Amino acid sequence: MTGSIPLSYYLALSGILFSMGALGVLVRRNPLIIFMSIELMLNSANLAFVAFARNIQSPAGQLIVLFVMTVAAAEVAVGLALIVIIFRNKHSINVDLMNSLKG
Amino acid sequence: MNLTLILFLVLAVVAVASAAGLLLSRNAVYAALFLVLNFATVAVFYLLLGAPFIALAQVTVYAGAIMVLFLFVIMLLGAEKLPKAVGLPWQRPLAIGLAAVLLAEAGWLLFQRLQLSAVLANPDVTVNTTETLQALAKNLFSQYLLPFEVTSILLLVAMVGVIVLTKKEKGEAA
Repeated sequence: MTGSIPLSYYLALSGILFSMGALGVLVRRNPLIIFMSIELMLNSANLAFVAFARNIQSPAGQLIVLFVMTVAAAEVAVGLALIVIIFRNKHSINVDLMNSLKG
Repeated sequence: MNLTLILFLVLAVVAVASAAGLLLSRNAVYAALFLVLNFATVAVFYLLLGAPFIALAQVTVYAGAIMVLFLFVIMLLGAEKLPKAVGLPWQRPLAIGLAAVLLAEAGWLLFQRLQLSAVLANPDVTVNTTETLQALAKNLFSQYLLPFEVTSILLLVAMVGVIVLTKKEKGEAA
């Protein structure tokens, strides 16, 4: 691929996406959308990793992205299972209702 | 203004717009589909950065597996639309302000402290895909072998944990 894009463009995009993910975590009340915002943040961090890996010509950054993806997959599976049990107990998944540690 | 730069800018607009769609859509299914679009554009960025393996892993793992899981749970719980909750009145402006501060801090750190604005993402223009993949595999199975094995254990633990969490107790009504 010819033509070069400054590294800072990728980093700026990554920062914007990360901030939007953080905003989603703070603003939204649906735990599923909060989870999706967390995925957005992980994804923007991955983008920065790959951009840096391209910059220093090292495969290490890409491997870290691979590990982040596996951890994200595990995290989503456990998180969605937790949401399913909360729904089973409270018949709603609004985060405002999750205010007791027991039951 | 070369072709790659135009492609980058168009994709960046699509990525930011789909992230905004995720934040603003009231229906969780629409939010999930916006996120799929976002993951797809990020996969194209990985291709632009000469990381084809990561791009395909992104499409299969993120846009494929994870988002299917999300959509499945949304439809299982019927959580497309939650009733409008009475939130704290100052929460939304405070959250927007904090996110703006985060963005400003990140920008200041990257562009003032590190002086990154002149660095090019791809110093040499040719990238050999086969060589990149070979280097990736060689590193993954030599230097990073221990983390690789640890992720396999992590996935196993997550799998067992999910089954234990969602299993109904004996005698509990179905």
